Amino acid sequence: MSSFKRDKKEEEDTGGNPYLNLDKTIVLQEARYFNETPVNPRKCSHILSKILFLLNQGEKLSTQEATDAFFATTKLFQSKDVMLRRMVYLCIKELSSLAQDVIIVTSSLTKDMTGKEDMYRAAAIRALCSITDSTMIQAIERYMKQAIVDKNPAVSSAALVSALHLSSTAPDLVKRWANEAQEAINSDNAMVSYHALGILASTRKNDKLSTVKLVTRLAKSPLKSPYALCLLIRLAAQLVENDDSDASQPYIDFIECCLRHKSEMVIYEAAHAIVNLRKTARDLAPAVSVLQLFCGSSKAALRLAGARTLARLTTKHPTAVAACAVDLENLISDPNRSVATLAVTTLLATGAESSIDRLMKQISSFVSEISDEFKIVVVKAIRRLCQKFPRKHQSLAAFLAGMLRDEGGLEYKAAIADAIITLVEENPEAKETGLAHLCEFIEDCEHTTLAVRILHLLGREGPKSRQPSRYIRFIYNRVILESGPVRAAAVSAVAQFGAQRPELLPNIRVLLARCELDDEDEVRDRAIYYNAILDSGDQQLINDFIIDVPKPNPVLLEKALRDHIATNPDEPFDIMTVPMEEEKKEEKEDIAAIEVRKPKQMTIEEIYSEQLAQVPGIEKLGSIFKTNMPLELTEAETEYRVRLLKHVYVRHIVLQFECINTLNDQILEEVHVRLECPPEYEIKSIVPCQKLLYNQPGSVFVVLEYPSSYLDSLGTFGATLEFVVRDCDPNTGNPDPGEGYADTYPLEEFYMGCSDQIRARGMGEDWETTWDRAANVPEISDTYALPEQDPAAAAKSVCEYLGLPKATIVGEAVKEIRGGGVFRGGAPFLVRARIASSNVGVTMLIAARSPREDVAQLLLAAVG
Amino acid sequence: MVHTGTIDGALFEPTLYIVKGMCILDNDGNRLLAKYYDKDVLPTAKEQKAFEKNLFNKTHRANAEIIMLDGLTCVYKNNVDLFFYVMGSSHENELILQSVLNALYESVSILLRRNVEKRMLLDNLDAVMLAFDEICDGGVILDADPTSIVGRAALRTEDVPLGEQTVVQVLQSAKEQLKWSLLK
Repeated sequence: MSSFKRDKKEEEDTGGNPYLNLDKTIVLQEARYFNETPVNPRKCSHILSKILFLLNQGEKLSTQEATDAFFATTKLFQSKDVMLRRMVYLCIKELSSLAQDVIIVTSSLTKDMTGKEDMYRAAAIRALCSITDSTMIQAIERYMKQAIVDKNPAVSSAALVSALHLSSTAPDLVKRWANEAQEAINSDNAMVSYHALGILASTRKNDKLSTVKLVTRLAKSPLKSPYALCLLIRLAAQLVENDDSDASQPYIDFIECCLRHKSEMVIYEAAHAIVNLRKTARDLAPAVSVLQLFCGSSKAALRLAGARTLARLTTKHPTAVAACAVDLENLISDPNRSVATLAVTTLLATGAESSIDRLMKQISSFVSEISDEFKIVVVKAIRRLCQKFPRKHQSLAAFLAGMLRDEGGLEYKAAIADAIITLVEENPEAKETGLAHLCEFIEDCEHTTLAVRILHLLGREGPKSRQPSRYIRFIYNRVILESGPVRAAAVSAVAQFGAQRPELLPNIRVLLARCELDDEDEVRDRAIYYNAILDSGDQQLINDFIIDVPKPNPVLLEKALRDHIATNPDEPFDIMTVPMEEEKKEEKEDIAAIEVRKPKQMTIEEIYSEQLAQVPGIEKLGSIFKTNMPLELTEAETEYRVRLLKHVYVRHIVLQFECINTLNDQILEEVHVRLECPPEYEIKSIVPCQKLLYNQPGSVFVVLEYPSSYLDSLGTFGATLEFVVRDCDPNTGNPDPGEGYADTYPLEEFYMGCSDQIRARGMGEDWETTWDRAANVPEISDTYALPEQDPAAAAKSVCEYLGLPKATIVGEAVKEIRGGGVFRGGAPFLVRARIASSNVGVTMLIAARSPREDVAQLLLAAVG
Repeated sequence: MVHTGTIDGALFEPTLYIVKGMCILDNDGNRLLAKYYDKDVLPTAKEQKAFEKNLFNKTHRANAEIIMLDGLTCVYKNNVDLFFYVMGSSHENELILQSVLNALYESVSILLRRNVEKRMLLDNLDAVMLAFDEICDGGVILDADPTSIVGRAALRTEDVPLGEQTVVQVLQSAKEQLKWSLLK
């Protein structure tokens, strides 16, 4: 009885689901039924559904299994049942990537595709294209062309979409179908013209002129399909973005016209395009009012679209968005939390200081319900608020601290910690509260990386606070309770206090001495290291090795160490030759951008280190000192484009000529560069580029040795490109038979200056003390009259000559440049220039200090 | 490659590849049918199922129509014990995705004669698979008009008229019927 009950219950549970607990082998066994004649279409269709269902659930078939199933399926071509035939096509598509010898069905499919039964034709085309490879396309090309212009819209669409898929493997072939596609654009069927436009747009992606033609023509004759219009708006917007001139006005008019279309999809597309194109607030008005209407829609997708686009606009045109405040207010309590979050963050970004408290209260009521991605959006909005309204820091920091205590992933927690860290760094008043919140957080923080970062910050900011001793307790707690990496970070933080607050030194020494007994090697090493330095009592030593430690770029350091071990492991390694980490510039972010993939930030040295590795003997030059920003040596629209990269080493320079051949009917071979150097330079080697294909960059490298005297290193170079031209077929890229001919191409002159050879270092507030400390270092100074009229402009150009960042300019009426850096080879220098306007123009008093007197001389020579 | 243009993600990309995925889940969040079209987005079945689980947890209670998740914009709709989703890039016109979702839901609804529930769906899985295939081909919207989609997917003639059956089929069914009547 009981077993009967259970059976019944099971049956209810499954609801008679025929697809539950399907077994792969049994289903594949069932497929043998396909060999019988005649077959029952219903039964076959059911078996095929089971196979497809299994594949869809992620079941893996071996190649043999897939091939067996595929061949069994092909037997079903004998049946005339329409539904079954369609399932067969579907199965062929799904199995085509798994099974072998799938091309066997080509003839069957070709027959169906050209046959009379319309129900078969479209699906047969799509199935056929999924089993075709580029070698076989030619065989079906004629049928495809016919199908594109077929009067049955399904057939035409199927052919166009399949052609688009094929164009990723055989772009040239598909380009030949452009005429048919052109014809299909004018089709009465909306989807056909959409697909035709899509394929034309993708084949002309790199051909601006024909895109212009296409858009101009279609903008005049309105397309029926809203999808096609959306695509056309995107194409037009792209043209506007790449062209700032008045020539793009017709496209803007077209997009604005689309704002009055009857389909919401098109209206939104147009509004989005207008908002994202660089325009003034007045031009935005029609688009903004459309978005405003969206915010009041009953459809969530529309509200989200409206709110999201308005949120994007806040960075560029806050006033335009502020006008929509009422509409956004209504969205605060939206049932869709994504919409509500966007509304609140947008209001926070545009609203006045008085409304903040109210909005914060709103947001805290639902912050626990939204996804991590949106929480991060909220955190970023608050972070910006902290910058905008420093006086509100108390409530904002309290809110952030509250979020920090809630559940959340690492990324979310890191965003909050980042926000508090910026708050601490930028707002002196908020420092104490912010640090207190962070201290509390690390008491109970499960993310090692985050704890390490916060400890580092405490080490940096804590000693400067009024009561440094209170932080030491928090930090030392970590030493007792946490894992190895956190303990090590805590030791470093504690050492900072000892270095900067002499009154705490005795206590710190006791703490460090205790850490010397730690189980973890790294913790012990650090404790001993810091203790020894603090023991020495040498202020300079403490400053250079604890407080203000230069950080080498980690990627380049690793490479330099590898090279060092490979070439001369016996000599000591000089860390000063490795480029220092540059301060990353904070990018201005969008208010509500929810992006997942961000391009990884790499320094220019990292980008090129791989390319440089192909120069023979490059490792003998030592580690790279600096790569300068690329310099164009040709005009923008010429046959060959060449840009120059100067890679500077201690005693050598590698010139990389990065060439692009923009002629598709030519191949360049044996590409050299003939260089006219200033007298003291010596060319060591040239690495030519053997073959330069159309639109594929290739590089010629020239290795030069610097003159022995630094002063001789300034000078102008002339360069000519030398190569052998071979004509080729523009479509296939195959070279024409016969010999090529030699040709040359002159490049612009370029200059080797002082700025190429130095690496500027950021100098903070303590520049004065650094300058004073270098009082006994050789100094050279001189006075110059400058051609500029304005001291500010003069200061800028001097900075450029010296390769110093603009941030080194201080002062109002009298401009003063306070900079410093390292010359190649590692000689440090400091430079100070005072620029003032006098009755004859602008005069400058410049002084340079460096242990190497010739470096100082060179700096002055560069300006003179 | 350094000679690249500016990476500007502000404008929508002019492409036909708009749909990143479509799926139908049951009311326990199990996959009934799912297709993903971009090989860079959720390439393995394992990732897909994890995503669907997450998606289901976030959406099955709040009927909010649209959600941004893991860098995808997902529009959704549910009825009785079925959940329909259409996914696109987070950088895509939401309303286009919405129109695809409507096409999917409406066609399935017509195919199932307005009985949009799991049992009916499984009974007509083959037709629903064909509808899927007719709506989106490799990420390109093939058709978004429910009537024409159904016209191409619902091909089963429920009771085949006698005249169109082959002689063999008629004999076969007659034989079966006879057999059953004898067995009784």
